[in-house]
Amino acid sequence: MLKIAVCLKRVPEMELRFSIAADRKSLDQGGLKYEISDFDGYALEVGLRLVEKEGAGEVVVLCVGPDGVQETIRKALAIGAARAVHLKADEVPFDGLAIAKALAAELKDGGYDLILFGRMATDTASGTVGPMTAELLDLPCVTALSHLEIANGRGTARRDLEGATETVEFPLPAVLTIDEGIARPRLASLKGIMAAKKKPLEVKPAQLGQVSLTVEAMAMPPERAGGRIIGEGSDAVPELVRLLRTEAKVL
Amino acid sequence: MGATFAFAESRDGNLRKVAFEAVTAARQAADASGGGEVHALIVGAPGIAARAAELGKYGADAVAVAEDAGLERYSPEVFAATSAERLRTGAYRAGFFAASAQGRDLAPRVAARLGVSLASDVTDFEIQGDAVLARHPAYTGKVIVTLRLVGAPALLSLRPGAVAAVEQPRVARVEAVAPAIAPGAARVVVTEVSQRSAAKLDLGEASVIVSGGRGLRAPENFKLVEDLAAAFGNAAVGATRAVTDDGWRPATDQIGQTGRVVSPNLYVALGISGAVQHLAGMRTAKTIVAINRDKDAPIFKVADYGIVGDLFEILPRLTEEIKKARASQ
Repeated sequence: MLKIAVCLKRVPEMELRFSIAADRKSLDQGGLKYEISDFDGYALEVGLRLVEKEGAGEVVVLCVGPDGVQETIRKALAIGAARAVHLKADEVPFDGLAIAKALAAELKDGGYDLILFGRMATDTASGTVGPMTAELLDLPCVTALSHLEIANGRGTARRDLEGATETVEFPLPAVLTIDEGIARPRLASLKGIMAAKKKPLEVKPAQLGQVSLTVEAMAMPPERAGGRIIGEGSDAVPELVRLLRTEAKVL
Repeated sequence: MGATFAFAESRDGNLRKVAFEAVTAARQAADASGGGEVHALIVGAPGIAARAAELGKYGADAVAVAEDAGLERYSPEVFAATSAERLRTGAYRAGFFAASAQGRDLAPRVAARLGVSLASDVTDFEIQGDAVLARHPAYTGKVIVTLRLVGAPALLSLRPGAVAAVEQPRVARVEAVAPAIAPGAARVVVTEVSQRSAAKLDLGEASVIVSGGRGLRAPENFKLVEDLAAAFGNAAVGATRAVTDDGWRPATDQIGQTGRVVSPNLYVALGISGAVQHLAGMRTAKTIVAINRDKDAPIFKVADYGIVGDLFEILPRLTEEIKKARASQ
């Protein structure tokens, strides 16, 4: 019997064109569409596969955010999670520690064997909530893992470093953050989508606590002074080398 | 006056470039808060203390070294507990880590232990009164977020290469400290580190990156990319996701949203169209060169210098000209 929590984040679809709202510190919400953060999708798949292999247990999905995240939660239930907890907050802070506190408060007495996260959310791109949650719960934690085996209450994982790979061993219960590519996420079936409507979804207030990391400003990246095509074919090479030496000063 | 802290990352008995970057940033932050001391921490196997003086070169006033035979490899729990303990010993204004594979694992743990927030993968920062402002590319690099960190210590992890290591030599006091927990008591244990290519320059440490995409047409044509990298002398070879997915290059060479995020001085994109996921991994490079046969390829929009044309004609000549230019210096 494996009891697994998967913590999901709802993020805007990254393919869309973003613009900054009038307050200069948030995204213009107009036209945004949402999805499960990429890496969290892999975490969900890992959780489902582990429970299937074990033959007994359940995957519980947790998600912090406004009412709109229930759509994301239903997607995860349609894909195969058994039930869900929505930790309700008007907005999700940028502060990973605040989110970790809300999740840890809910996970503390949940009796989970594994708590899974994506390596990072694609919106904030910070990757802090998983390991912070582990520390708050005083659980063993392995981050950004690209391979995982669980047997007899212990796990073996691999994680990529710059130019090397680490093999890591740890006891359960544990917190893991999942890199992409570990297992191809399944799609929701029609049957799954129908079943998801009846699966339990509990709503509780998120205990975020004090936020000490806030967004001061958002801006589009400075336009690179790019778009300068200096020529065609190999005849342009001497000019490129001259510019690299005299203008960019990188030679 | 505000003292600052830097975690100095090491591997195989040597300090990594990101260690000097973290110390440089800590020096800048200390100077900006009235000129306090910079205290660095090295954790590693016996012998690593011999490297401590190198941190003085980049502005560290004191280096604490935690050596233990059980710390030849990274131990998340020991490193986090020891870092947190050092940060508790002084009234630190700020603490700096690398946003490297190790630092991304370590820094959030330390922050949670101290009950403070962390700004991750920071490209630039400034001290502003009681707050630290930190810039961080988010939303696959499409939005630059300025974060305000209040409270002390403000913890930041720095994108490798974003803060250039600057020499500001002084003689650092070196102090041996005990690991905050015994390595044998750690629950999470790294049992093996397999080096894929010990001789190869890492993407995060290279000042020049030459990268290839599907425009190379076949894996064996990466020889041309490697030749150009060799001509630069200190270049690493990267690749797009399309190329690593097809197994032309190892997955760890992938640059982009889901791979490595790099900020070299020079990024040369060869046969790369410039999909948004790839741009997320390299758009903070200081200078970008693109060579592509399609003049409408999005990569030209971010490139400082572009050449339109056939890679197989242009590359050998570029390699020769770079060799000549470097030889004449």
